[in-house]
Amino acid sequence: MAELTCRDLTLGYEGNVLFEHLTFEVNQGDYLCIVGENGSGKSTLMRTILHLQPPMAGTIELGDGLKPTEIGYLPQQTVVQRDFPASVQEIVLSGCQGAAGRRPFYTKAEKQMAEDNMARLGISDLARRCYRELSGGQQQRVLLARALCATRRLLLLDEPVSGLDPKVTGEMYGLIEQLNRDGISIIMISHDISASVKYASHILHIGAETFFGTSHDYLHSPIGQKYLELEGGELHCSKHWHSISPTHSSDTP
Amino acid sequence: MFETLALYFSYPFVRYALIVGVLIALCSSLLGVTLVLKRFSFIGDGLSHVAFGAMSVAAVLNLSNNMLLVLPVTVICAILLLRTGQSTKIKGDAAVAMISVGALAIGYLIMNLFSTSTNLTGDVCSTLFGSTSILTLRPAEVWLCVALSILVVAAYILFYNKIFAITFDESFSRAVGTPVGTYNLLVAVIIAVIIVLAMNLVGSLLISALVIFPALSAMRVFRSFRSVTICSAILSVCCASVGLLTAILAGTPVGSTIVAVDIAAFFIFACIGKIGGNA
Repeated sequence: MAELTCRDLTLGYEGNVLFEHLTFEVNQGDYLCIVGENGSGKSTLMRTILHLQPPMAGTIELGDGLKPTEIGYLPQQTVVQRDFPASVQEIVLSGCQGAAGRRPFYTKAEKQMAEDNMARLGISDLARRCYRELSGGQQQRVLLARALCATRRLLLLDEPVSGLDPKVTGEMYGLIEQLNRDGISIIMISHDISASVKYASHILHIGAETFFGTSHDYLHSPIGQKYLELEGGELHCSKHWHSISPTHSSDTP
Repeated sequence: MFETLALYFSYPFVRYALIVGVLIALCSSLLGVTLVLKRFSFIGDGLSHVAFGAMSVAAVLNLSNNMLLVLPVTVICAILLLRTGQSTKIKGDAAVAMISVGALAIGYLIMNLFSTSTNLTGDVCSTLFGSTSILTLRPAEVWLCVALSILVVAAYILFYNKIFAITFDESFSRAVGTPVGTYNLLVAVIIAVIIVLAMNLVGSLLISALVIFPALSAMRVFRSFRSVTICSAILSVCCASVGLLTAILAGTPVGSTIVAVDIAAFFIFACIGKIGGNA
């Protein structure tokens, strides 16, 4: 059975339907990229998978004994976080809050897990540093380490490379690829279709047209070719846009 | 000077004032860190005006113990305010401002229309600036304050990790199954209790200072949530003690003296932060 199965999903806000009848599944070890235009409902879909909002119709099932609280989530950064006085260690450890449940304090094992995940992402030396003083790439690693504390199986990443420069973006993609090779399934929202096709095993394209299948099939589908062509033409422009906007707002309210 | 102090300390009401002042300063500074970071700095102001409005209603109704009315009303408003912060209809700051000035106006209006007191201006002034009520505390009130403070501190320590998590990232906490709504409710109730307590100390106009100044000062210098919280608690207690003693010795108004000391501490910490390269 698949780790995550979405059947006949209809999503929307306050009566406005974003998309209907979406069906897809994620198996263990898959690397799924969700692509589509701004406002097509990528973030809404992710919030629905996380049970942060209910679907208008359809079902989301978790398989293989995965619990809803065992999904690691890397949200987009909020305004509050940018000047938050917290050490890296405190933030990574807060990833264990789901496991701690009602228990008020963290156990030794949980603290060790935070240490291990910091080491895994190469940020052990930053443990005592203040989050707001780190670079964008380092901050994303911290949030990724926190997400790893919440899961061993499935990571949901909401535009993890937005606002990062090309070099750091490449490193981030490398890290995610490594985690995927270690057996963690990845679901990632992305704006960068060419990178998605390069790294992901599956592509889910939502919007006016919908596509779900392997990256290979996407490359040879009419919709995939259309969008890759578009992006190729705008490649220079999109890079520029990344560099002038350190963080950009989510495409859903 | 020490002889004068010793003389003053032989009076129980001075000791009561010091105990209550220190406890309130401690409680308000703990929650202050969270409120400042959640962009709710002004909630103290808003809620204290609500408490002022409720107090004037209680005065008009001639209630013997006005806490019975003031505390529930303030708690309900705190819950409503922290709720609206999440919905999009009226934004958090607008909602706080609306309730704040609304309650202030209605409270003053009611006092003017129905009050039987001969010294109306004096009544209003002491409620707004807390001029003397801290020096007229009764033992029962002191014990109530001690009990509530212990509860607040215990709740804060017990839920410290959760409060940190939901302050830093509500979406993530929700996603991993933390009941964020419940903890927000808890924070709202605690802050309402603190504000009703603190009205005795500094009056309703100056409460925000007790909530935000120690937190902001601590954030100038320290870089982790734990150290900011601890520093803000210690700083707040020190400032309240110094302010109270100064007020007693120099005969200045208690509330504004404490706030003045808080402001001075803020500038000292801001300078330390600048020198330390962490402005």
